[in-house]
Amino acid sequence: MSKPQDNGRVIFTEEMKKTHTILVPNMLPIHFNMIAQIFREYGYKIEVLSTSGRNVVESGLKNVHNDTCYPALLVIGQMIDALESGKYDPDKIALMITQTGGGCRASNYIHLLRKALKKSGYDHVPVISLNFAGMEKNPGFKLSLPLLLRLVYAVLLGDLLMLLSNQCKPYEVIEGATDKLVQDWTKRLSVSLRQKASYKQVKEFYREIISDFGELMLREEEKIKVGVVGEIYVKYSPLGNNNLEQFLLSEGCEVVVPGLLDFLNYCIYNAITDHKLYGTGGLTSLFSRVGYKYMVKKQKDIIAAIEEHGKFRAAGSFDHTKDLVLGYINRGVKMGEGWLLTAEMLELIEQGVNNIVCTQPFGCLPNHIVGKGMMRVIKEHHPEANIVAVDYDPGASRINQENRIKLMLANAKMQQEAKEEAKEAATPESAAVSEEDKVLIHSK
Amino acid sequence: MELTVGVDVGSTTVKVVIYEGEKLLFKHYERHLSQVRQKTAEILAEAKDLLIGREFKAAISGSAGLGLSKATGIDFVQEVFATGEAVKKYASDTDVVIELGGEDAKIIFFTGGMEERMNGTCAGGTGAFIDQMASLLAVTPDELDKLSANYEKIYPIASRCGVFAKSDIQPLLNQGARKEDIAVSIFQAVVDQTITGLAQGRQIKGKVLFLGGPLFFLKGLQRRFKETLRLSDENAVFPDLGPYAVAIGTSIFARKQERSYTYEDFLARITQASDDSDRTEYLEPLFKDEGEYEEFRARHAKATVERRDIASYYGGAYLGIDCGSTTTKMVLLSEDDKILYEYYSSNKGNPVTIVKEQLEQIYKLCGDHVIMKGSAVTGYGEDLIKNAFNVDAGLVETMAHLRAARFFNPKVDFILDIGGQDIKCFKVKNNCIDSIMLNEACSSGCGSFIETFAKSMGYDIATFANFGLFSKYPVDLGSRCTVFMNSSVKQAQKDGATVEDISAGLSMSVVKNAIYKVIRARSADELGKELVVQGGTFLNDGVLRSFEKELGHDVVRPEIAGLMGAFGAALFSKSLHKDVSSVIKPGDLRRFEHTAKATICQGCTNKCNLTINTFSGGRRFISGNRCERPLGQKETQEVPNLFEYKLNRIKALRSPKGTRGRIGIPLGLNMIENLPFWFTFFTELGFEVVLSDISSRQLYLTGQYSIPSDTACYPAKLMHGHIESLISKGVDMIFYPCMSYNFDEKTADNHFNCPVVAYYPELLYGNMEKLHHVKFLYPYLGLHNRTYFNRSIRNFINKEICIIPYSEIRRASSKAYQAYAKWGEDVKTEGRRALKYAKDHHLKTIVLAGRPYHIDPEINHGIDRLISSFGIVVVTEDAVAHLVEPQKVKVLNQWTYHARLYNSAKYVTTQENMELIQLVSFGCGIDAITTDEVRDILESGGKMYTQLKIDEINNLGAVKIRIRSLLEAMDERSRREHE
Repeated sequence: MSKPQDNGRVIFTEEMKKTHTILVPNMLPIHFNMIAQIFREYGYKIEVLSTSGRNVVESGLKNVHNDTCYPALLVIGQMIDALESGKYDPDKIALMITQTGGGCRASNYIHLLRKALKKSGYDHVPVISLNFAGMEKNPGFKLSLPLLLRLVYAVLLGDLLMLLSNQCKPYEVIEGATDKLVQDWTKRLSVSLRQKASYKQVKEFYREIISDFGELMLREEEKIKVGVVGEIYVKYSPLGNNNLEQFLLSEGCEVVVPGLLDFLNYCIYNAITDHKLYGTGGLTSLFSRVGYKYMVKKQKDIIAAIEEHGKFRAAGSFDHTKDLVLGYINRGVKMGEGWLLTAEMLELIEQGVNNIVCTQPFGCLPNHIVGKGMMRVIKEHHPEANIVAVDYDPGASRINQENRIKLMLANAKMQQEAKEEAKEAATPESAAVSEEDKVLIHSK
Repeated sequence: MELTVGVDVGSTTVKVVIYEGEKLLFKHYERHLSQVRQKTAEILAEAKDLLIGREFKAAISGSAGLGLSKATGIDFVQEVFATGEAVKKYASDTDVVIELGGEDAKIIFFTGGMEERMNGTCAGGTGAFIDQMASLLAVTPDELDKLSANYEKIYPIASRCGVFAKSDIQPLLNQGARKEDIAVSIFQAVVDQTITGLAQGRQIKGKVLFLGGPLFFLKGLQRRFKETLRLSDENAVFPDLGPYAVAIGTSIFARKQERSYTYEDFLARITQASDDSDRTEYLEPLFKDEGEYEEFRARHAKATVERRDIASYYGGAYLGIDCGSTTTKMVLLSEDDKILYEYYSSNKGNPVTIVKEQLEQIYKLCGDHVIMKGSAVTGYGEDLIKNAFNVDAGLVETMAHLRAARFFNPKVDFILDIGGQDIKCFKVKNNCIDSIMLNEACSSGCGSFIETFAKSMGYDIATFANFGLFSKYPVDLGSRCTVFMNSSVKQAQKDGATVEDISAGLSMSVVKNAIYKVIRARSADELGKELVVQGGTFLNDGVLRSFEKELGHDVVRPEIAGLMGAFGAALFSKSLHKDVSSVIKPGDLRRFEHTAKATICQGCTNKCNLTINTFSGGRRFISGNRCERPLGQKETQEVPNLFEYKLNRIKALRSPKGTRGRIGIPLGLNMIENLPFWFTFFTELGFEVVLSDISSRQLYLTGQYSIPSDTACYPAKLMHGHIESLISKGVDMIFYPCMSYNFDEKTADNHFNCPVVAYYPELLYGNMEKLHHVKFLYPYLGLHNRTYFNRSIRNFINKEICIIPYSEIRRASSKAYQAYAKWGEDVKTEGRRALKYAKDHHLKTIVLAGRPYHIDPEINHGIDRLISSFGIVVVTEDAVAHLVEPQKVKVLNQWTYHARLYNSAKYVTTQENMELIQLVSFGCGIDAITTDEVRDILESGGKMYTQLKIDEINNLGAVKIRIRSLLEAMDERSRREHE
């Protein structure tokens, strides 16, 4: 058994790399499974937790201060629940959790996790901080440059798969075809990325993936598009948002979710802004500039590949997205999802996705400002915006959440019908609609 | 003509309308008591004659309608949308619709961009809330309405959430405030809630249509809306069909649907819809079988107190009164600790009358053969009852309960009391109370929640609670505040849970709330071995059983669980060793009269709402006060109070007339602490600095309309009022910078501000239209990097205000840094003086720790003065944090203000006769992290941890109990140390 060191923290040693299995909470199934695969290739034993249900929440409630945000409660609950499940040998387990290092509570998840472990008698279990800010080093866990690159590839490919899947699934003729294609590709990519694929190969994958999805049989119909933005965990994780994606699909919508890459870019970009605003972190800012350029370039490659194929809608380039917030909110708002959340709402609206669910854990501090705080301004500039804010927490009932989303959907339907009617009315001979006719159209 | 049926199944009522073309043939409105399908079918059966033999179209709406629609396959329309349809068709000149339903509140703006909103998940101010409040006053909603007509004054009642409002109303009741005034205040709270929670920055003007049941039936509520929104008669419309708006909209929606039904088919769908539960997760049943239950009963029957017939008793007797928040309890004990008389009842909003009646009864039974030798009172109404009836002594609740618990188990080491309004628990160590935990305002109301819920389903509490005992599939309702539980129950009903399952689920929720939210325990071992549980709520076997199950071992529940406070008080009065009690004599009791009058204290700027109770014989009792001033008693000796010191320093700032214009600074959040800096900086540059007024309830209300997120903390929400205040002062510019970082005090891992403090100006600019008409300056600045700050502020000023030479800016900045440092030093010096004063005068000291902006009297509600009225020296965290080496903590210590908390806690552990109370603003996510850490530091240093959650709530009743208990414990400790 390991001994506590370094301010009481249990270090993940080089030996542990061989003996310990690292448990990782799941946020984005497609991405995380690929990422896990890459870590395995680098010699780590790793497992992505996919447990859900009451035990996870109960365990969270017992182990975390109940006013802490819901993601922390779920992630920590999920980990403790796994340790207590008897499925693993607690002496041969390590846990991994991300740490952003920002001014939001999220930077403290790792410490809350350690506290919870101690309370439950697992204080010998090492916890690895996954961060890019150089916090908490572990000799047994190193992010080398090649490994980092591969992780970036996984994010790029994951985003692409997610984007295409979202655009195909609601329209698929053969039920389950999209999911199957996603699964096949995840498997294939995991293997390929393991074989240390070059970026050239990755680009080749883009084309192949897009063309595979392009061959799926899809129904020709217009569905209501609903964008999902919000606090990163509840935005993506079905465990966090009560299967929001599934619900929206069952209501006959197409779901549009901004990719993970935007969040990474946002984090990098913040380091540049911080230097500009406060004059600190000159070196970090320099590295960030390089990193930022690299990432934006990579994103543009995907966009180009999608546009080349022509069938699907690509996400906006971050370079462009970041400028959408000008006049709404300053890019100095860098805690939590910060200005990116506002930017994503604006990006969606720009792409014609006016219907948006803004998800947040109950009482999320940054979202007071960047989510609910910005809705009024957005609506002022875009009267067509149809946004609903939904809070998630262990006590919030699904029926309450769904009822609010349904209201948003009812409005979306009305907007769509009005649009269709306007289209019908806009036949050549009615190009010059009389004032009277206009009134008629409106009163329909 | 086509026939259409609109069915609106809300959370509490069913509404059905039938239209033939444009003609309304039938309408019906009824409470469904959670029997959704049955009630709907019954109503339809009433309309049988209209429907039979014809084809019709139909649709369903409403929060409980969603489930019904899914199960029956009948088309569903969202209720707000349906309202919109109805209004567009039948009242197209409407500008705004406000609709209050059972548990939802909605607003629709038509003019200037259609917008629809519903209340969030945390919000009261609805029909169910009014019902709850009415039952608190022991009246029907109709009677509440009638009462409100004769009001004299309106009390501020927290409007955000029902639970909050309740904790404001209860003390008012206990203080004897007039029911008429409370009734109207409840309606006002609903109005305020609608404005903040729903309008969120959009102004409600033009023709306003008020819909929904409560707004139709309650005239008092109508008046409050009309007056608050300043609507003319023609612009405030309360249509006769108000309660049916959703149903009407639903029938309009139905016309567009393709499907049609016959009466038989439609009714069959509703009655026979599959009742299969799709619940896969439920809790373990409370009891396996009857046998297990019997065994359980037999075990608990052992914890009893003997009764003695008062008629045949000769000797002394001791009276204990527990005037709780919702119930009044009384016990009369004999010399040998046997119960001669007992009483337990809801105080029906007027405890004085109840105690009077009971005393008369007791005197009658006593005759000449029983002599009252002592009396004591405890509970929320302690002061009122003590004054009204001349009771010998009052004692803090915690002490009363401890006494009573010891009677049953002298070794008791943990007491848990779940009453109507609150959960109290205390650990007992070395014969003294070691730590006290009370529920925070958010999760309170647990006991009365079951009761209100039982009533809403048409049962009395005992019947309802017993239902749960043999439930096979108790539902999991979570462990959050009651508003959430309401919607969880809705969800469970939708999923087909029975009353039995819900009853059992509620019992478990109450217990989980207590264990995990209040006590924050992990396992039974943490609670101790010798547990005594009490309070009226534990009289329900369901709750008791849930508790034992959750703990995993047996506990003692005295048979008089509901009377423990009174029993303890009686035991205490016995220990007074008096020959004759001072309590009011039978003669005086007969002539006893009580009147209550409301007024506003003019003693200081706090403007407390006072209730003056006058009793026969001219005795008076004033309540609602936060200090001794209105009582006209001798001013207590002025002990140092750093809160007051800091506030007075700010009040004393006077800016000279400037040459470069007037610049406004809002006096809230981080601007309070940074004020010396900005004040100096701008006056040095030749600006006149105009400060917003010191916060008050009034100031809050002026800005309330523009708050977009009502779950943000109160200090943040107050900023809207501060901006209004500045604008009303006619400033040219308002300066309020965004600051990701705070000053770096080098005591922590980083020096962030919290996200709300850092970026609130962004939110203000986005939501306060008025800010677009002045120069609102909110640059991103960091004061931690001096050189860089000089440069950025120069660029900013030159660009946005006027050209000022760099040298001048540098000089002003240097002065500002000095002023800030000096201010900090002064606070520390004053702190030292206060500590020395305490030492010299042998006084206790309390570090009242929070954020710098907690010195705001509207935020702390006068807690500092309350503490100092006990003769305690009050110091702030920033006055002592530097006196120790920085504390190592187990969390990421990255916020400047919060680092001070840890260090001041550490300091307290090194000092005798000193404790720390942490102030926490409701909704502060970061304090979820700091509170546990501060607790750890204090407890491992042998100190007690006391946390006070503060919000809009104005009531200091619970705070008083905690402070008194804390003082008792401090005394007890020092006594022990001296022995």
